[in-house]
Amino acid sequence: MEELIQQLFNGVFLGSIYALLALGYTMVYGIIGLINFAHGDVYMIGAFIGFFLITELHLNFWVTLVLTMGLCALVGMLIEFLAYRPLRHHGAPKITSLITAIGVSFLLENGMSFLFGGDSRSFPQAIKLVNFKVGFIHITNIQLLILIVSIALMVLLQFIVQKTKMGRAMRAVSVDQEAANIVGIKVDQTISFTFAIGSALAGAAGVLIGLYYNSLDPLMGMAPGIKSFIAAVFGGIGSIPGAAIGGWLIGLIETLTFTLGISSWKDAVVYAVLIVVLLVRPNGIFGKKAGEKV
Amino acid sequence: MKRNLREQFIWLLIAFGGWLIIDLLTFGGVINSFMLTIITMIEINVILAVSLNLILGISGQFSLGHAGFMAIGAYASAIITQSLPTIWGFFLSIIVGIVISSFIALIEGIPTLRLRGDYLAIATLGVSEIIRITINNLEITNGPKGIYNLPQFSNWSLVYIVACIVTLIIVNLIHSKTGRAILAVRDNEIAASAVGVNPTKYKVIAFTVGAAGASLAGSLYANYIQSVTPGDFTFMQSISVLIMVVLGGVGSITGSVLAAVVLGVVDTVLQNYGALRMVLYSLILIIFMLFRPAGFLGNWEFSVKRFFTKQKSSRENKS
Amino acid sequence: MNLLEVKNLTKNFGGLTAVDDVSLHVADQELVALIGPNGAGKTTIFNLLTGVNTPSSGTISLKIDEKLQLLNQQPVSKIADLGLARTFQNIRLFEQMTVLDNVMVAMTSKVSENPLSEVLRLPSFYEKETQMKDKAIKLLELFDLAESVDQKASNLAYGQQRRLEIVRALATEPKLLFLDEPAAGMNPRETAELTASIKMIQEKFKIAIILIEHDMKLVMELAQRIYVLEYGRLIAEGQPKEIQNNPEVIRAYLGGDDLELF
Repeated sequence: MEELIQQLFNGVFLGSIYALLALGYTMVYGIIGLINFAHGDVYMIGAFIGFFLITELHLNFWVTLVLTMGLCALVGMLIEFLAYRPLRHHGAPKITSLITAIGVSFLLENGMSFLFGGDSRSFPQAIKLVNFKVGFIHITNIQLLILIVSIALMVLLQFIVQKTKMGRAMRAVSVDQEAANIVGIKVDQTISFTFAIGSALAGAAGVLIGLYYNSLDPLMGMAPGIKSFIAAVFGGIGSIPGAAIGGWLIGLIETLTFTLGISSWKDAVVYAVLIVVLLVRPNGIFGKKAGEKV
Repeated sequence: MKRNLREQFIWLLIAFGGWLIIDLLTFGGVINSFMLTIITMIEINVILAVSLNLILGISGQFSLGHAGFMAIGAYASAIITQSLPTIWGFFLSIIVGIVISSFIALIEGIPTLRLRGDYLAIATLGVSEIIRITINNLEITNGPKGIYNLPQFSNWSLVYIVACIVTLIIVNLIHSKTGRAILAVRDNEIAASAVGVNPTKYKVIAFTVGAAGASLAGSLYANYIQSVTPGDFTFMQSISVLIMVVLGGVGSITGSVLAAVVLGVVDTVLQNYGALRMVLYSLILIIFMLFRPAGFLGNWEFSVKRFFTKQKSSRENKS
Repeated sequence: MNLLEVKNLTKNFGGLTAVDDVSLHVADQELVALIGPNGAGKTTIFNLLTGVNTPSSGTISLKIDEKLQLLNQQPVSKIADLGLARTFQNIRLFEQMTVLDNVMVAMTSKVSENPLSEVLRLPSFYEKETQMKDKAIKLLELFDLAESVDQKASNLAYGQQRRLEIVRALATEPKLLFLDEPAAGMNPRETAELTASIKMIQEKFKIAIILIEHDMKLVMELAQRIYVLEYGRLIAEGQPKEIQNNPEVIRAYLGGDDLELF
């Protein structure tokens, strides 16, 4: 029982990272209907940027986190500008954008491998590890940090989307690009901003995971990328609270399979739960019904 | 009626011509064994791409699960030919693979094919991964280590013939009553049901036939490469078939064949660039998509019938 | 016995009652019109009868082999199979397919075919294909579409698309044809042609037709009986002459934003 509760806590911490990544997927998907395959790789780039800022420039953790988020935002906007925007302006089919996104993902993974080698590096201990014990539960300060930073960023995001002018523009574009354009919203700018925010969150997740697992490599984004997309689907693509819940759900399922001693079936369990959820709720937990009018 | 038979006959003639060219070039020493391996892999990819295009392009269902069905075929053949190392054992294993794959596709398709677009993609990806993880955990499949030292039953020539047969079957299916119904469901599901076409039924037919094709390709692959591991059938394998289909043109069977060949050649050329190989590959992919968003051929299709009617009409015009 | 018998049909969408306790019937070979202001629930009734939406309550029965059979809960394709065919207010063709294929698809459930003969191209495949094709072309000829058999449906002119939808519905060999605003967007000449075509359908195919239409000239010329709907409820039923003079109907139309007067 103690073991189970401990694992539930670990699941929440791990899930926070998935949730941060899932938010980026869900925002981009919500606004242009694209599975941004390269999103997991932006997270990898974030970990690398964090690594260099700390080891080469000896910046402290908080400065690194903020700078990484800013730089990743630029990377995200650049990817959107170079790869997705031209296709969007040509009205290319969605599947073409998806393949392009896969191409960008390959490029980032292999480009980084080519430039920095494919081996994994160890992430510097920017914050001294401290162990707490609350009752029988072990928690580290880094786990707490992950949870607090994630929740803070999610609240900030929800505020931006719901309360700011840019957030209103994002919501408008996601409902109807043409109509948004007619009422004077700069569609390209809004989409670019969405990529910036999503990528900044991915960058933050990259730095946090580097700190948590102490390692990074060019392919580190692949598995979490897919996982967090699944998290977004769980919650209902396009829904911000859905992405957060989905992320935590996957984190919990994964750690629970450890407790049950079936960790080699970890991903299978995640997928099985996902399929069941989709069969019951075809648009995810918080997804909106999209019926066709006859 | 006679013209119809002639059309099928011309297809066979073209297919045989291709086979003869490769055979003669091999005999003449122009094609070496390294190139034959590439040709065989291209042929396997043709089967995979054409069968996925039936699901993706013709039926309009976004499946990311092709690798799972390929894995079933590959492991069926690996396991059966281990204990029954004859060509008949191999043929039996192909059939076993197809039966299992079709059955799973049926069970999977009936509930999931209601899902739309990317939700369906994730569900099919899920089933594919569950298949792979199951293989990874079973004794009979030898877990993550996989199965080695399989007898080699497939060769370029057999795979070539099978690829032609699969393509012909799928093309014939598309140009039949069943194919029309599948296309109608893709174009407008509500209108299709309003004229008595059951959407689920025809989606499941396309999905199941496509899965059978993937399984067949898996069998041929296993007994060509002579080894199988779960790592051969990850999500990336499904993606690589998807890339072929989109590059060729979604809905164009001709395009799928062409894309399998072109990508095979590109991959071979890039082998010379060592570490830069994948970087160049991804750049080519992105740039190609930016400049030809509809793929090589869009939804254009080579047709013997059209080819000959054109010839005839131009002849008539001249006279 | 009536061909179609609808009793106490109700449909709620959330809090909104789109169709409220509607009972109606259609006799063999009868031509019935369903009229009413915009938003009265006419198309919803079509959707309920053809299975696109499921009724909240009430029954829909169709005469099959001289017995009434309940249609509720049947899937759309099954209902089409049993003899209810329709067109759509916003045209729904198979746009990427040819005109001929659009019609041949509609024969899918009526022609048996074995997949082996399709894939292996056995003689029986070609026989059945030719039969279907001949039948489709005959239907297309009746509606002046034979010239465009090989064209993509999306390339047809608007009026042709509307006609093709009717041909496609007829290819399912229906007992009852639902036409949802067939004259919408047509000019007077096209409407006159359409009126003649509908008459022809009724006589030649000997089927019943239910028609939603705003063009009152067309309705009055064709309909044998008219149902008038307002806010989801039936407010009148009768012969065209009776309906024209019904004070309830006049009030509904003058009070509404619909400007089509008699």
